[in-house]
Parts: sequence; C-alpha cells; structure tokens
Amino acid sequence: MENFLAAAVAAAMPLLFATLGELITEKAGNLNLGVEGMMYMGAVIGFKAGFETGSPLLAVLGAFAAGAFGAAIYAFLTVALRANQVVTGLTLTIFGTGFAYFVGKGMSGLPAPQVVRDFFMPVSVPGLSGLPLVGKPLFQQSVLTYFGYVLTVALAAYLKKAKAGLNLKAVGENAAAADASGINVMFYKYAHIIAGGGLCGVGGGFMSLVAIPVWQEGLIAGRGWIAVALVIFASWQPVKALLGAFLFGGLSILGFWLQSVGINISQYLVEMIPYIATILIVVVSTRKNRKEDMAPADIGNAYFREER
Amino acid sequence: MIKIAKRAELPKNREWAIRAAAVLLSIVFAGTVLAALGFDPIKVFAQIVNGSVGSQMRLNQTILKAIPLTITSMGILVAFKMKFWNIGGEGQIMMGAMGATYAALHLPPDLPSAAMLVLVAAAAVVCGGAWAFIPAYFKARFGTNETIFTLMMNYIAIKWVTYLQYDLWKDPSSFGFPRIAAFPPSAVLPKLFGVHVGWLVAVLSVVLVYIFINHTKKGYEVTVIGESVETARYAGMNIKYIMITTMLVSGGLCGLAGMVQASAIEKTLTYSLSANFGFTAIITTWLGRLSAPAVAVCCFAFAMLIQGGAYLQIALLIPASVAEMIQGIILFFVLGSEFFIQYKVAFDHRAIKGVA
Amino acid sequence: MQNTAIQMNNITKSFGSLAANENVNFTVFNGEVHALLGENGAGKSTLMNMLSGIYSPDSGSIFVNGEAVRFSSPKDSIALGIGMIHQHFKLIDVLTAKENIIIGQKGSFFTKGKALSTKIKKLSDEYGLDINPDKKVYDMPVGEKQALEIIKVLYRGANILILDEPTAVLTPQEIKKLFNIIRNMREKGCAIVIITHKLGEVMEISDRITILRRGRSIGTVATKETEVPSLIEMMVGKKVDLSIKKRKSENNEELLVLDEVTVLDGEKKQALKSVSFSLHAGEILGVAGVAKSGQKELCESIAGLVPAEKGRIFFNGENILGKSPGEIIKMGIRMGFIPEDRLGMGLVAGMDIVHNIILKDYQGQKGVFLKRGPCVQKAERIVDSLSILTPSVFTPVKKLSGGNIQKVLLGREIDSDPKVLITAYPVRGLDIGASYKIYDLLGEQKERGAGVLFVGEDLDVLMELCDRVMVLCDGRVTGIVDPDKVTKEDIGLLMTGMSERRRADDQNR
Repeated sequence: MENFLAAAVAAAMPLLFATLGELITEKAGNLNLGVEGMMYMGAVIGFKAGFETGSPLLAVLGAFAAGAFGAAIYAFLTVALRANQVVTGLTLTIFGTGFAYFVGKGMSGLPAPQVVRDFFMPVSVPGLSGLPLVGKPLFQQSVLTYFGYVLTVALAAYLKKAKAGLNLKAVGENAAAADASGINVMFYKYAHIIAGGGLCGVGGGFMSLVAIPVWQEGLIAGRGWIAVALVIFASWQPVKALLGAFLFGGLSILGFWLQSVGINISQYLVEMIPYIATILIVVVSTRKNRKEDMAPADIGNAYFREER
Repeated sequence: MIKIAKRAELPKNREWAIRAAAVLLSIVFAGTVLAALGFDPIKVFAQIVNGSVGSQMRLNQTILKAIPLTITSMGILVAFKMKFWNIGGEGQIMMGAMGATYAALHLPPDLPSAAMLVLVAAAAVVCGGAWAFIPAYFKARFGTNETIFTLMMNYIAIKWVTYLQYDLWKDPSSFGFPRIAAFPPSAVLPKLFGVHVGWLVAVLSVVLVYIFINHTKKGYEVTVIGESVETARYAGMNIKYIMITTMLVSGGLCGLAGMVQASAIEKTLTYSLSANFGFTAIITTWLGRLSAPAVAVCCFAFAMLIQGGAYLQIALLIPASVAEMIQGIILFFVLGSEFFIQYKVAFDHRAIKGVA
Repeated sequence: MQNTAIQMNNITKSFGSLAANENVNFTVFNGEVHALLGENGAGKSTLMNMLSGIYSPDSGSIFVNGEAVRFSSPKDSIALGIGMIHQHFKLIDVLTAKENIIIGQKGSFFTKGKALSTKIKKLSDEYGLDINPDKKVYDMPVGEKQALEIIKVLYRGANILILDEPTAVLTPQEIKKLFNIIRNMREKGCAIVIITHKLGEVMEISDRITILRRGRSIGTVATKETEVPSLIEMMVGKKVDLSIKKRKSENNEELLVLDEVTVLDGEKKQALKSVSFSLHAGEILGVAGVAKSGQKELCESIAGLVPAEKGRIFFNGENILGKSPGEIIKMGIRMGFIPEDRLGMGLVAGMDIVHNIILKDYQGQKGVFLKRGPCVQKAERIVDSLSILTPSVFTPVKKLSGGNIQKVLLGREIDSDPKVLITAYPVRGLDIGASYKIYDLLGEQKERGAGVLFVGEDLDVLMELCDRVMVLCDGRVTGIVDPDKVTKEDIGLLMTGMSERRRADDQNR
C-alpha cells in the first residue's frame, strides 16, 4: 500500500507542475491547450541540459526555459496579435512535439547521467517521513517533489494574499476593468503565461529527469491534457490542484497495482476515470452558483483596449 | 510608439493576400531556422513538394491523408458555424471507427460489398454522432462548456479503443498480439482511379456541407445561432433541437472519417487510428474561415505537409519531426496574420516629434 | 477666473472609416461641474475615454493642470488625478468592494485588510456614499456599484472626475443623492465632467455645458445663460419641431390581456410581480419606469421568450402563456416585437438585410431549401418605404447607422401588419430626427388598428405619444394613467412611490 502511494505521489508531480502552470495561465484569462507541447519541450531540453552539463539545476532551468519559450510564442500570438487561443494552443502542441522529437532524435532511450539521477533520488524529510501511512509516500521523495509542495503553497498564498495575485484575478475576470483600474494587463498576461509555460516545461522535465528518467518519444503520453482537466477539477485553486494531482496520479497507476494484487481490471479503463471525473466536474460546476469556483470570466477573449 | 487601430473591412482578395504573404513569410522564416540547423532549406522545401505531389504514387499518398482530414473538417465546420467548439473530432473519429469495426466483424462477411459498406458506414455515423450527442445534450440542456467536455471525450474514446484492442476485442487468432481482427474483404472500401473511394466521400461531403450551410433552412438556422443565440430564440427557433441535431451531423461526419480510415487504411481498428486528424481539422477549419471550399484547400495543403514531411525522412534522412516543426511555424504565422487583417498598425510620428 | 483642470485642443480620433471626434476643443475648470452634451454617437464617450487613457487620440493635445500630457494607458491618467466612472461599470464581479478599490494600486506586496476598511469608511462618510467594503460586487444593486466606482476613483486621489451617463440606471431619489455628492465634490474644488443627453439634468447640475455634434465641438455655454431649446438646436444642428402628431383610431377591441403574470429573472428573483393589464386595438400603451423595473421581462414574456411563473396572457381570447415564439408564430398570431438589444436579439448583425428579413419568414417556407427571391423583393420594398440608407439590400446590417438598423427591424416587424406591436426603447441610441420618424411610424400602426406597447425612458415623449401610460416599479404595476390628466411629477412618484412604501412595510415586519 505504501509503495502504491509513493508511486502515486511520484506520478502526480509532472501533473502538478503542468497543472499549476496552466492554472496561472488561465487566471490571466488565457486558455493554453499547448500544455502537452510545452511539456515535451521541457522534457527534451531539460534532459539535454542535464545530459550535456551534468548539472541537475541547469537541467531543471533548461526545462523551465523551454516551456517558457513555447508559452512566449503562444503569448505573443494570443496577447499581442489576438489570435484564437484554442487554435494557437493546439498548434503549440504540434510544434512542441515536433521540436522535442527533433531535438531528442539522437538521445532516444538514453538514461539521464548518473549525477543527475542521484540528485533526484528520493530523500527522507527527517521527522515527517516517519508518519504512519502517509509519511513515506509524501516525505521520501525527490527534491523536485518537495519543490512542488512549496510551489503549491506559495502560489496559493500569491493568489489569496498578494496584491499582484489580486491584480492577476482582475485581469482574468475582466481585462477591460483591470486596465481601467490601472493594471498593466499586457504585463500580467505575458508574465503569467510565460511563467506558466515554464512550469509546464518543468512538469515535462520531471518525466525525463526524475520519473523515468529517460528521454523517449511518446514520453508525455497525454499528461498535458490531464493537466488541462486538473485545472478545472481543482476549480483554479493550487492546493486542490495538488490533491487532484495525487488522485489522478494514483489513477494513472491504479490498474497495474490492482492487477499486481490479483484484481483484474484493465488499466485502460482505469485511465479513463480522470477524464470522466473532469467532465462530471464541468457539468456540476455549470449548475452550481458559486462564482468564485468558476473559470475566470474573461478566459478565451483577446483584449484590445480600443475595442468599441 | 506603435499605434494599433481597428480596420474598416478589407476586401476579400486583400484578406487572402495578407494570408498568402504570411505563408510566404513563414516559409522564409522556417527556411532560416532550417539553414541554422544545417539543412539546405531550398532542398527541404523542394523535397516536401516533390514528396507530396512529385509522382502519381506520392500524390495518391497525399490524397489518402487529405481524405480523412477533409471529412473531419467538414464535421468540425458545421459545429463551428454554430459556435459550438467541437474539439472532440478525435474521439468521434475513434467511436465512428469502432462502430464500423463492430459492423464489419459482425455482419455476414458474404454480404454484397455495397450493402456491407453502407451498413458499416451507417454504424460509424451513428456511433460518431452518438459520441457528439453527449456533450451537445449537456450544452443544450444545462449550458455546459463544450470545449473542455469534447476535449475530454477524446481521451475517453482513445482509452476505450485501447481497451478494446488489448482486451475485449483482441483477436484470439493473433497469437497474443494485441490486434483486432481484420475487416472481411467486403467491408474494405474499393479503389476508384487508384485511390480508395473515400476521396469521393470527401468531395461529396464538401459539396453537401457547402449546400447545407448556404442554401438550406437548417443551415440558415445554424448560422443564426452561431451569430446570436438570442436572435435565434427571438425568431422562434428550437435552439436545443437544432444544436443537438447539428452535432449529430458533426459527429456523424467525424465518425465517417473514422470508418474510412478503419476500412480503407488500417482494415481494422487500432488505438492510433485517429492520428491527430481531429485536432488538425480544427486548425484547417479555422484557417479556411469556415468556408467549405477554402477549408478543403487548407486540408489538401496540410496533407501535403504531412506527406512531404514523411518523405523527407526517406529522401534526405531528415527526421519527420522537422516537418511537424515547419507545420507549427507556418501555422503560427498564419494565425498571427489574422491580426493584420483586422487591425492597422502604424508608427505614431508625434512621439518622434515630441509634440504632446 | 478659475484655473484650468483640463484642456483638450483639436482632438481627432477615428475608428476605421468613422471619425468619432474631429478637432474637438474642450476645457474644464477646477470647481465646476461641466456637462458634455450631445446626441448618441456625437463622440462624448470617445472624447472622455481619451482623457482617461483608454483611447489615444490620432491628433491633438491634452493639458492637465496646465501641463501637456500623453497617456499610454489608464494608469497614466489615474496618476494625474483623473478618474472616470464608466457607463458600464468597470468592476470585477467576484471581488469584494475593497478588493476592487485596491487593484492596480501601488503598495506593499501583501494586501492589508483592516487599515483599508477604515480608510474606505472614512471616504464614504465624507462624501455621503454608502458601501460595505466586504460585499462582493455581484451582490450589489446598481446604485451601490456606482457608489463603489465613485469611491474607487476618490481613493485614488482623483480630483478630476468624469461620469459617463451616471443617471441612466438610477431612480429619481438616487439621482438626487448623486447630485448632492457631485455638488459636495465641487465644493471641495474638484473638476467634474458629466456626460449626458438628458437636458433636464444638465440644467439642474451643471455650471457650463459643451455641446458635441457628430464628433465636432459646437460650443461651450454657461448654464445660467442658456435655455433648453437653444441647447437642442446646438445638439441637432437645426431647429426641430418636437411635437408628436397624435393620431386617432376607431377600433378599440381588447387585443392582449395579461392576468396576474409573474416572471422570474436569471437569478430566480421575481422580475415581474402579478402584472395585469390589457392592451386595446388602436392605442399606444406607454410603459414608464426606472431602468430594470421589469420592462424587459414584460416584453419577453408576451413574446414567449421567457417562461412565466404564474398567470395568463390572452391574445384575442386565447391563452398564449407558456408558448414558445415558434409556437406563437405557428398559431398564426401576428405579433411584432422590437427588442431592446436590436443587434443582440432582433437582428443578426453579420447578415445582410435580406437574410434579416428572412428571419421571420423562413419557417413558413416549404421544403428544405432557403428561398431568397421573395425576400429580396420584400427587403427592397422595406428599404424604399422607410427610406433606409444602405448601399444595397445585401449589406450586412452592422454596417448601417443606428437609425437605419432600427428601421430595418421595425420595417420587418410592421410588414406583416401585426395586430400587436411590442417595442422596447425603440429610439434608444437614435438621433432626434430618426426618433421622431419612429414615433410617427408607431402612430401609423395605431391608426391602422394595431395595439402598440411602447416601453420608453423619456417621460415627456411617453406622455405626448401614448394614450395611456402604465408605470412599473420593481416589477409591479403601480398605476395606469391618462397622460392628459396627470403631471410628469405624478408619474415620477409612481415610478418610486411604491418602492418607498414597501421598504416601510419591510421595516415594520
């Protein structure tokens, strides 16, 4: 059981980073369906950086930079040039996947260098890892996982308590009103879309540096789309995103685990559950009235100050 | 300082000129990237063209790619015209292919081929339509956001078909290999002028969708709903009914594309059968500005890129992923160019003169 | 005399091919209330949006407190003490009043709750504004939203305030209160610009008036030295005969009867409360009331667009309540409806005139194909008879001017000789000339024997045009009066009187 939970937490982390990235992107009023592509870009560049430099830090930074680069293209097109967000995001997925396969051509199947793998090996948090049941799964993990926890809390505080977080909410809810209130709408959109893309990249990097840790084609395997679903599942709240990531991470390995304990349910059927759950959430959330739990109201709309 | 202002409407030919310029620019840009990567850009582009239309056989290959893309795009077009953002083409293709496979494997194989194919296609249309019906029903009944709904439905369909392939429908005579039994010959689309008759289906779908949107009462209703739901209500249209039936058409067309792929290309059902056609169709439909003939042209251009990209690998030993990158770059440019159709960009000279 | 707060010289601004402002000059002093007066589309909001940094002028210069300025965003304008209260409030619904006030403000990294609340309380007491800092905007009635907008700009230290059509959504009492706040700010030396097209308010509140017409500044006058007729002449550009020809009709059978109709709005609140009245052939029944008193629901429930909770609606003795517009059309009922939001509801903005004319006819066509032929002729006939200015019947309606758009809609609706014609604010957004043309068309319909329901906002017009005026207040009918026998003040009282009494009742409960 503990092993299952530990594996679930590890499986949750790529989802968590990508979800948090998409979450702040959507908070800025932009739906970026390029998560899958940005994760691929992060996975391959993170791996390459780690491979070439042997530095775990540079590997993660490389993953972030790659995702941020993809997001910057998306941001320029949707914010400055007001292109359709859905189509641009889908294009980013095509581009990002192609980019990653191309860059990764010669490295396919190679493992990450030993120093990098060692660095990301699970380490125990003294005290906490001794907790019954949840101790080991939660607190005997890679440093990057702990970074994920910290990031979740930090983002939650940012959105709830910080003035910039409030401004961000305003931008996503009603860009015109935010602008009239003196908020630099363009800056907020660019900053959060790009940072969000960076986090998606880190999510991809987690796959190629920590989880597998190997670069191969097909590595991301639809996790980007799960992240898009998770944002809704978490009703745009970082802490709920973490819990949702645990849940979806667990589901992604549940079938195999069940089979190992002798319960014969197809893994493919179990893998449907996150998508079905997300649909249920979407259906239920359109029927309940709490406006705070809904998508940012201005999502999907390009903002042009001089629009009449 | 740069000043941006909304344009008065441009004539149609100017609009297309701007788009053509964007494509040209993107080719120049992609060429620069290729050169930087150490490839000869002219050679690469020449090989993409050569590989997609350079010989009868390659042209046929391109057409094979264009067929499912075009049929799917027509399905997406019908939905988009209503401003129903059907991102679920991928899943509808899958479910259509599943329906087709079920029919093909369960109907008596010695049925006359024509009857067999009609029944197989009908099963595909019904299953694709049913898959689209679910989000359509929720949107019509509760106003549920269809973008995310249809997107999620894709993955449910893909996982489901994977399950069928690895488990439920696995062919016992395949020696443990995860494979579904092949279609009987009577359920395989025959060839006409060297390419399977799917091309005829694609051409017909373009013509019929064009007529539907522009010349029928239903098409008029779809367009009005797309422009303004309130006006449609005001005019006494039964919006829920129209929305659901239109989505049955949309999903049905996508399902038909799935049947074509299963019957003519794979000759069975596989979990990778949809091959991103559902997503690519969204892009082609958008680029063709929801006009059936223009969308068809975009589909062919896209098929050229896909086929030409695959050819690069053989001709120049350049990975096919390069073609995907080029695709992405061209798309980025064309998406960006819409801005220059809608807005005028000028430099503000006053700032330079310093006059306040 | 006083020092200048704002000076705008030779401002020009175009949108596409439309020149919204052309060489406009505008000066405001500190300590004055300056009205910016003009018809719809005269360019008032455009001019003020340039002052608040939302639009940037194509040419011309702006001086604030004597300094030449160039705004690249609203931020720059706020920094100079300019605050604009937009006609459509720029508030974030899911945030509280407090949060709306501090967004976009400089300050510490984290938000501080307590100190802020105190400061907001102090400001609101000082100016007599009434808001609760911790209330979410979506829970606020319009009056409170406006108060919040005002506090928001005051909090930012604004001493130049621009109010864009601030009275449109307020009751007479709230208007009185707002005017007191404005006077209060004037006393404190603020410069206040109020955009409006209501002449009575202009005469009441302003010190000086600048008139815009078709994007040009016509002149600036001192309020004390001018009179309403000359203001109208400046607005319209010519002397206009503002009398409505009252027509007579012989027919007076009862056409439409509403019996205790109750309608819920989107938030499940009663928007229409047990409304009963009847509409006769050959009359124009006016509907007066403060905005959002249930007018929209009244019209839409008759047209079958919103379901009623209770009650009955008889059309020629037949109950049509619960029928959809489609069913009403199929019953052969000839009813015309000019909704409030013409491009959002009555017409399809992106389609041409022909396809907008087809909208009401296509369901009667046989077969699956759309037949355009007869509708092209019909469109041409309507364009001719109402002298609609358009390049052709194949021009998208969104490209026409407001008045011509309205004529397309009205033309389509009266073409079927409706027995009942429902019109919601049919002259909103139209210039004075076009408005009178519409009044005349409505008169013709009445003369023909149709029953016309006319929802209006201008009491003078309602009293002059209508045979009877029904007053709505908060979803209730507070009276149906003969305009020849009552005064405007009486109607004004009905528009609010009942709400006063109910509030008293609520307190007694």
